[in-house]
Amino acid sequence: MTLAATRRNVLALTLVLVGALLVVGLGALALGGVHLSWREVWSALTGAASSPEARVIVREIRLPRVLLAMLVGAALAVSGTALQALLRNPLADPYVLGISSGAALGAIIALWVGGRLAAASPLVAFAGALVTMAWVYLLGRRAGRLASYTLVLAGVITASFLSAVILFVLTLLSTRDVRGIAFWLMGDLSVVTETQLRILLPVVVLGIVTLYTFAKDLNVLLLGEEEAAHLGVNVARVQTAVYLLASLLTGVAVSVSGAIGYLGLLVPHLGRMVVGNDHRTLLPTAALGGAIVLTLSDTLARTVVAPAELPVGAVTALAGAPVFIYLLRRTAR
Amino acid sequence: MIHYAMQTVRREERRAQVSLALSVDNVTFSYPYFELAATSFDAPAGELVAIIGPNGSGKSTLLEIVSGHLKPRAGGVLLDGLELQGLPPRERARRVGLARQDAPLLFSFEVRDFVRQGRHPHLGRSLFESPEDERWVEWALEMTQLTSLAERRVTEISGGEFQRAVLARTLAQRPRLLLLDEPTANLDIGYQIEMLRLLCRLAASENFVAVIVTHELNLAAELADYLILLDAGRCLCQGKPEQVLQSELLSRVFRTPVVVDVNPSSGRPRVNWVTP
Repeated sequence: MTLAATRRNVLALTLVLVGALLVVGLGALALGGVHLSWREVWSALTGAASSPEARVIVREIRLPRVLLAMLVGAALAVSGTALQALLRNPLADPYVLGISSGAALGAIIALWVGGRLAAASPLVAFAGALVTMAWVYLLGRRAGRLASYTLVLAGVITASFLSAVILFVLTLLSTRDVRGIAFWLMGDLSVVTETQLRILLPVVVLGIVTLYTFAKDLNVLLLGEEEAAHLGVNVARVQTAVYLLASLLTGVAVSVSGAIGYLGLLVPHLGRMVVGNDHRTLLPTAALGGAIVLTLSDTLARTVVAPAELPVGAVTALAGAPVFIYLLRRTAR
Repeated sequence: MIHYAMQTVRREERRAQVSLALSVDNVTFSYPYFELAATSFDAPAGELVAIIGPNGSGKSTLLEIVSGHLKPRAGGVLLDGLELQGLPPRERARRVGLARQDAPLLFSFEVRDFVRQGRHPHLGRSLFESPEDERWVEWALEMTQLTSLAERRVTEISGGEFQRAVLARTLAQRPRLLLLDEPTANLDIGYQIEMLRLLCRLAASENFVAVIVTHELNLAAELADYLILLDAGRCLCQGKPEQVLQSELLSRVFRTPVVVDVNPSSGRPRVNWVTP
């Protein structure tokens, strides 16, 4: 396909995705335990004459949650895309390097200790993620630089070990605490403060934009480390930067909302089916796609068994797999 | 001993000739179980140099050193007077193209996108390829006769076609020094001859140096301008094909009796197997 055609397509696709995101976002604000009409949502957002209940529901309850879903969805999808390229492995997801296990362990320890530490559990979770990130980095080096092969092994081993520790700690907790944590382990978008959003927004946006500057290099890296080096890519530098950025995006996402599964694995592949493997178009597609998918999943999680809630990770898994199988069979033909 | 002395004489002769684009000067290397002894050779632009020798003789190691990618223990490689080792990777990639057996791909690209990666060193700050980059991509596809396959996925084409795609990617780099490790490995004889003839033609018309490692002695004899014979990490002999392809020498090096005569249609040496 010619370059001009590609660029036109990318622009069109981006516009379509942004439009879809807005629609899904507004829908998420409208649906829930109390269904609101689009007009009510719009007036609640813009501050025009609207009922105070609608305003509270939309602005204080749902809007933070929808924004969180968009940011976390984008962060996980982009992280998954970057890691699949870094590790040259289509089965990689944001959690393959153990980040989520480290964050989970941090959160569980914080909740176990209780008190003020429990209140700061997202921070402790993030600290856990950072420690795991550093640990896996040091473990995954070979001859002084990151090698995708040793990195994925280091990550898998670390994740398994941390999961075992988590199970051990869980058995020591009371049943009441365990239920709360189980929700967190499956992903929970219901608890978010404005401070968290204020931190999350710039971190996620900057992280994704910075990763985008490596889009060209990621394309070449897919050919192989040696081949990329011969084409002028500073492999060591790109690997380290992408590793750090992807881990950071995963770390902040998981610290605030728990380990939402399937998203970071599926959305990149959905993106690949639509735009191919060129990261210059794939990364933005994954970011917007991830935001859309998670917002949709969260809306479903909130409405399907209202007033109760399903953990959003369960929805992404239950809904994601069949959708993916269907698309896989379509492209296989 | 005699071979070595003759080598030195020939090198001096070559140096006295036209200005040399490539100058490999006394490079050595050692792995835990293998050592490459001091090896030198020069090549002017427009020439096709073939490195031949038995398995394990150090051909690929020498090629890696010449690419500037592998740092030699001693000695250096100069391309147009520039020390290749000292260049940053992107600068080096603009001048040197190395094509080997590629790693297997788990992600599929279209052939055209695959070849387009060759322009990466030239992209600089811009995110997308310029029209000129696209022209070189099309040119590379045309040279390797892949234009009709350009929209196919690299995972769907045959081994030989994939090899031509790798060559096309390296050609798209427009390097000054083109290094190929066994470029004819999976090709049928028609494509083998065609690819090497293409390399000769392009080396002359586009003014670059081509250095290949090959097992095909007769192809090298037919199409290369200069041969380098390695054995167990030493350069035993280098020069024109008729100087290097000597029956006794080859029989000893390749551990099997061969007789070298002359190909009547081209006048170049021809290596023949001897059945005992």
